[in-house]
Amino acid sequence: MPKFAVLVFPGTNCDFETVSAIKKAGGNAERVWYKQSLKDFDGVVIPGGFSYADYLRAGAISARAEIMEEIKEIAKEGKPILGICNGFQILTESGLLPGALRPNKIPRFLCKWVYLKVSDNQTAFTRFYSEGEVIRMPIAHAEGNYYVNDPNKIRIAFQYSDANGEISEEANPNGSILNIAGISNEKGNVLGMMPHPERASDRWLGSEDGLRVFKSMIEYVKR
Amino acid sequence: MFPHEEKIIKEKLGREPNEVEKAMIEVMWSEHASYKSSRTWLKLLPTKNEHVILGPGEDAGVIKFDENTAIVVGFESHNHPSAVEPYGGAATGIGGIVRDILCMGARPIALLDPIRFGPLKKERNRYLFEYVVKGIADYGNRIGVPTVGGEVEFDESLDNYTLVNVACVGIMKPEELIHSYVEESGLLLVLVGNKTGRDGIHGVTFASEELSENAEEEDRSAVQIPDPFTEKLLIEATLEALATKKVKALKDLGGGGLTCASSEMAGKKGFGAIIYAHKVPQREPNMNAMEVMISESQERMLFAVEKEDLEEVVKIFDKYDLDWTVVGEIIDEPRFIVYWGEEKVADLPISILTEVPTIIWESKPYKLEKDVETPEIEVKDALIKVLSSPNIISKEWVYRQYDHEVQGRSVLKPGLDAAVLKINDKYGLALVSDGNPSYSFLNPYHGAMACVVETLRNLASVGAKPLALVDNLNFASPERPEIYWQFIETIKGLSDAAKAFDLAYVSGNVSFYNEVNGKPIKPTPVVVAFGKVKLENLTTMNFKSEGELIGIVGVTKKELGGSELYRVFGIEGGIAPKVELEREKKNIEGILKAIERKLVKAVHDISKGGLAIALAEMSLSSSLGFEVDISKVPVEMKLSAIERLFSESQARFIISFDRENLEKLERLFDEFSVIGEVKGKEMVFKENEKELVRISLEEANEIFNSLPKLLGE
Repeated sequence: MPKFAVLVFPGTNCDFETVSAIKKAGGNAERVWYKQSLKDFDGVVIPGGFSYADYLRAGAISARAEIMEEIKEIAKEGKPILGICNGFQILTESGLLPGALRPNKIPRFLCKWVYLKVSDNQTAFTRFYSEGEVIRMPIAHAEGNYYVNDPNKIRIAFQYSDANGEISEEANPNGSILNIAGISNEKGNVLGMMPHPERASDRWLGSEDGLRVFKSMIEYVKR
Repeated sequence: MFPHEEKIIKEKLGREPNEVEKAMIEVMWSEHASYKSSRTWLKLLPTKNEHVILGPGEDAGVIKFDENTAIVVGFESHNHPSAVEPYGGAATGIGGIVRDILCMGARPIALLDPIRFGPLKKERNRYLFEYVVKGIADYGNRIGVPTVGGEVEFDESLDNYTLVNVACVGIMKPEELIHSYVEESGLLLVLVGNKTGRDGIHGVTFASEELSENAEEEDRSAVQIPDPFTEKLLIEATLEALATKKVKALKDLGGGGLTCASSEMAGKKGFGAIIYAHKVPQREPNMNAMEVMISESQERMLFAVEKEDLEEVVKIFDKYDLDWTVVGEIIDEPRFIVYWGEEKVADLPISILTEVPTIIWESKPYKLEKDVETPEIEVKDALIKVLSSPNIISKEWVYRQYDHEVQGRSVLKPGLDAAVLKINDKYGLALVSDGNPSYSFLNPYHGAMACVVETLRNLASVGAKPLALVDNLNFASPERPEIYWQFIETIKGLSDAAKAFDLAYVSGNVSFYNEVNGKPIKPTPVVVAFGKVKLENLTTMNFKSEGELIGIVGVTKKELGGSELYRVFGIEGGIAPKVELEREKKNIEGILKAIERKLVKAVHDISKGGLAIALAEMSLSSSLGFEVDISKVPVEMKLSAIERLFSESQARFIISFDRENLEKLERLFDEFSVIGEVKGKEMVFKENEKELVRISLEEANEIFNSLPKLLGE
C-alpha cells in the first residue's frame, strides 16, 4: 500500500485529518516531524495550518527549512507532492511551484465552502475527476490571492466557479488571477491548492469530493 | 483586599506578610481567583449525575459521551482585559480556556464565543467588536481549534464595554484524565512554555475591580500578550508528554500565574511546595520575585514529574523547542516557600493561599417588571426594524473569520440552532450557548431559567438530547445589594431549570465587577449546553421544499419585556418571558420524538424576535418563502398582531412537515397548530383574511446581511 508522509512543521494544524483522509482513500499515511527523513515514503503531503505562525509571510520560514531540499529531490524523482493551503504557500515560497499567494482582496481570514471547476484532470491528483467537473470544498485562509506573471504558461488544476462551473468575479473569494484555486508543476506531480480536500472527505461534513484528490494520488503511485 | 481580610491574614500568620507574600495573597484572595462572593451560592447548583465524570473544582469538567469517549468542557470570561485591549484580551481568553481543557489531558476540539458589546453606532464599540473578533480569529485559527458557534449581542448598557466569554471542548479517553493536584511529595515542578514577563501582573486583581474611565491607559499592563504559535506547540508537546504516562499532575498557568498553579497543585491534598523563582526564564531584565510569582504571562504549563522520569518528559519539550525549567518541588510540609537565589522571600502556610474565606454581601430585591401597553406599530415597520437589528441580522461577517472547519469534525456549522461535531461514525456532539441579559435584568430568576431552556430547545431543534451544562455568570459589583440579589436569583433559576431536566453543571465561571464609570452591566448569565445526537437524525432549521406545512408548538403570551421589539422601539418595562418547566419539557420531548420518527423536515426554536423572526430565519436559510395566518397561533389571552408576531414566550418551536404526518404530529403535542405553508419567494403574514405584511426574500436577505454595512464596509 502506498505510504505518504504528512509533513508537520511547528504550527501545522491540519495534519491529523489529512492522515485520516488519505487512509480513507485507501492509502497509508504518517505524520512526519519536519526534522525526520522522508526516504521511506512514496509521496509527501504538506498540510494546512500556520507553520511558524505565518511570521514574515505565510509559508516563508518553512520554505527555507532543510527538509525542503529533500522534498525538491523527491519531486525530481517524480513522486507526488501535494501542498494544501499553508502547504501551497510553502510550495510557492520554496519555488517548487510558480507564483505567489497574496493577502485576500478583502484582507482578512475567510472560511467558506466554495465550488471549484476541475480545469486539468491529467495531474497526479486530479485523475479521478472529469475535465470541467464542478466540485465543492471549503477554503480557510487569509492569504490565498494567487498571482503569477503569465498565468497562461502554468498548469491550472482548479478554479473557483459557481455551481454551474462558470468562472466569474462573484465566484472568486480572494481575488486570485483567473480564479485560480490550485496549480501544478509542468510534470503534474507537484500540486498546490488553497481549498481543503481533507475537509471534504466525509459526507457528514458536507462533501466527499475531496477524497478523489487522495485516491488519485494513491493510484498515481501504484501506476 | 478588604480590611477584615487583612486582619484575618495577620492573625493566621502571626505577623504582617512581606511584600512578596502580600502580592501572592492578594492574587489568591481576589474575587476572580477565589470565588469568595459566589462560592456559597454556587453550591446550590446540581453537579452530579450519570453523565458526569468530573464536576466543578478543577480546571474543567468532564462528561461521559460513551464508554470510550470523555468530553472535557470549560467556560471562561475575559471581560476586563478585552474592554481595555480587545485584541489581546480576547485572544488570551481563548488561550486560557484551551489550556484549561488541555490540562485535564484532552485535545481541544472546538470553541464557542458568546460576545457582547455596546451599540454599533459608536465608533469605540465598533472598535471593540472588530478587534475582539479579530483576536478570537487570529488565536483560534492559529492553534487549529475551530470556533463553531457562540452569540453576538449588542445592548446600550454595554456602551464602551464588552463581555467576552469563551467555552472550549476537548476529547479524550476516560482513562486519560489527569488531575491538577499531586498526591505525593518529592515530585519536581517543571514549568514549560513561554518566558515570564511583566504582562498580566495583577490581572486577576484588576479583573476583580470596576474599570475607571482611564482604564485603557492605566490597565494595559494587566492584559497579557497572546502567542498562539507557542500555544499550538504547547498543545502538541503536552499531549505527547502525557502519552508517556510519566506526568503526575498538570496545571495551566492562568489567573494568578505561578503562585496559583503551584499552590493549588500542591495544596489540594495537603502537600506544600518550594519554588525557586529566580530560575524561572524571564522575558524582561531585572524582574523581581514578586513579579515572577504573580505574572500572568500566557502559554505556560506546570508539570509534576518524578525525578527519574524528568529526562524522558523534557525530551518532548526539546523536540518542540519549548523552554522548560525545574522551578520547584513538592514537599510534605504544607507550606509555600519561595526562594530568590539564596534568599527565602516567602514562607506561608499553604492554606493561606488556597483556603479563602467566603463573603456574603447584603442583598436587596427589586421589581422592574410591569405590564405596559404595546403601542400601535405598523407590522411591516416592525418586521423590518426588528429584522435589521444588529442582534437579529446574520453574523456571517463574524464566523467567516473563524476557521470553523479545522480538525474535520464540523457537521453543523455556525449560523444554525446548534453546532454539531462528529465524534464517531454514528454520533455527534451538539453544543450551543445562550444568554438573555434583557430578560435577566427584568427578572433574574426567570431570565436564568430562560438561558437554560433556550439552550435545550436549540439542542432539541437539531435532534440532540442534553448531556450537561456549563455556566458563565457576568455581573456588576457584588457589593451592590441589588446586584448580589440578581446573582442569587440567577443561581436559583439556573439550579431549578437544570434539576427539572436532570442536568448537572460540570464547570463554570463567575465574573463580578463588570462596570464602567460606575455603571453596572445587566445581569448576564450565559449557559452552554452539550448534547448527543445520532447523525442520521440531524435536523436543521431551513425549509426543505414548497408545500410543506408550517406548525407552531407552544403557547404565545404577552411576554415582550426584554424582547427585541421593545428594545428596537425603546419601550421600557413589560413582562419578561416566564419559564414553565413542565411545558418546556413536554414540548422538547415532543420535538425529539418527532425528529426521531422522521415526521419533520425543519425545526427551529422561537427566541429573540419571536415568531416573526423564527420564520424569517427558516425562510432565509432555505431561500423558500411562506404564507402563514397568525390568527391560528395558540394564545392564552387576547393579543394584538404585533404581540403575536414578536412575543418571546418560551417553550415554542416552529416546524415544517409533509401533510401526511399531520395527525401523528398532533398526537405528540398538547399545544400545536398549523399556521401556513412553505410557498413562493416571499414572506407573507396574514391575520385571518387580512394581509399584514408581504416582503420578498430578496429584500429580506439584503436586510439580514447588512452587518458589513453597519461596520462601514
